[in-house]
Amino acid sequence: MAIVETHNLSFDYIRRDDEGNVTGFTRAVNDVNLSVEKGQFIAILGGNGSGKSTLAKHINAILYPTEGYVLVDGKRTSEADHIWDIRQKAGMVFQNPDNQIIGSIVEEDVGFGPENMGIPTKEIWERVEEALKTLGMWEYRKHSPMRLSGGQKQRVAIAGVVAMHPQCIIMDEPTAMLDPSGRKDVIRAARALNDVEGVTIILITHYMEEVIYADKVFVMGKGEVRMSGTPREIFSRIDELEELRLDVPQVTRLAHELKLRGMTMLPDGILTEEELVDAICRSYSIM
Amino acid sequence: MIRDITLGQYYQTESRIHRLDPRVKLVGTMIFLISLFISQNVLCYVAATIYLICIICLSKVPFGYIVRGMKAIAVIMMITVIFNLFLTAGEPLVTFWRFTITYQGLKNAIYTAVRLTYLILGSTLMTLTTTPNDLTDGMERGLGFLKIFKLPVHEIAMMMSIALRFIPILLEETDKIMKAQQARGADFESGGMIRRAKAMVPLLVPLFVSAFRRANDLALAMESRCYHGGEGRTKMKPLEYKPWDIRAYIILACYLAIVILLAILDIRITV
Repeated sequence: MAIVETHNLSFDYIRRDDEGNVTGFTRAVNDVNLSVEKGQFIAILGGNGSGKSTLAKHINAILYPTEGYVLVDGKRTSEADHIWDIRQKAGMVFQNPDNQIIGSIVEEDVGFGPENMGIPTKEIWERVEEALKTLGMWEYRKHSPMRLSGGQKQRVAIAGVVAMHPQCIIMDEPTAMLDPSGRKDVIRAARALNDVEGVTIILITHYMEEVIYADKVFVMGKGEVRMSGTPREIFSRIDELEELRLDVPQVTRLAHELKLRGMTMLPDGILTEEELVDAICRSYSIM
Repeated sequence: MIRDITLGQYYQTESRIHRLDPRVKLVGTMIFLISLFISQNVLCYVAATIYLICIICLSKVPFGYIVRGMKAIAVIMMITVIFNLFLTAGEPLVTFWRFTITYQGLKNAIYTAVRLTYLILGSTLMTLTTTPNDLTDGMERGLGFLKIFKLPVHEIAMMMSIALRFIPILLEETDKIMKAQQARGADFESGGMIRRAKAMVPLLVPLFVSAFRRANDLALAMESRCYHGGEGRTKMKPLEYKPWDIRAYIILACYLAIVILLAILDIRITV
């Protein structure tokens, strides 16, 4: 069953001049149709201004469609009655960890969501413990978020969403402000949530390396979904990706270049180093 | 220099003071502040000093940590002390050139300095031993009766806790902007008061812009986590009085009684 569906979703930002008069509209998302099944790991790729964040905010009912509609677990996001239900079912993690941590102690922040939902006190504590343990932040529960690293802060933010027991978590460039090790931690946490807890993950990013584990990838450009498919399918279309000014992982690029220079035996869309090594060995043994 | 302000920064440790109900700490701080202004009796100050020392010891917060917050108000302190010293009428003690220091002036200056110091120490101690969330919880519950007068108690409490949480973040940001501008030749240190104040303008503008941006982001993050005001909200840490809270109230009442008693005695002696 589809947990998130968009139907002909379009969204216009209103441009205003200094006095606040409307001067025009900018179409940020144009006629997007996509469907995400329960338990999937979805990646949405796109350069700056491709409309990927705008799309994400629609799933969490922060923005409402100008045209078309969005369904989360079969409910329309534009209906005011469903708004809290939708925000609980489809939690959202933002880019800047400092600007989304509300509590001054890790555990208080994780408890913020359940508090808003009106969960009884005892259950809040159970949820907080469970969420922090899932994200590997349990030993930091009494710390001030100020003293954590970027990756740890972002994991606290994810724990805050997990404590609300969502079916789907949308991560809007959660790694954009992190160093490489923090980035790895966050992606590992996201994958673990997907594998172990079966939470649907929608990861929005512009780092190609984070996409290779996804079940399905959507590539956006200028507000439209330009490509969709498995990471392998997407990465085998290097030229098209380049047109959208997106980089492919280094290994994929290397394989592509090798193929162009005569190693025609190599398959398309190689994602990891091991795969490349295997493919090269195999192609030699055949020869 | 800008990082010295400890106000609103929680110091994490386990102590009897930390464990107290925030309402007790709020009432305690209020009583302490009242006790400072109740009279100018030396004995009252002695009592306040003993009380403060006891609490600092009990709180297990390093003394240096508490005092660091004092530097920020050094200027205000200087001004009040100087005004009190020179502008109080009374019997002259020392006279030089045009200035006279009177006996009353000296007394006033010392009292004001002590009061201000204790005031800051007392309130800093409260914010050091209470998490902003506890503090606002305490205010929300303690002042809950004001809802009858249509006062948005929960909203005010939430705003305060967010403001407190963002103090260190904004300070860090100020530091960063300052350094970035110093790297490009801005001068914040030399020149007179007016020049220095003028130099602050290019600092404040980006700070405000970024504060608004942060506020916007935070509001989004709160809404996406189902925040919709105080209605139907449960508490992760509901406030319940424990035996030690009752004991603390008794101690506070005793302290207040002693101070009032001392104040009354003082009046009798002087009259």
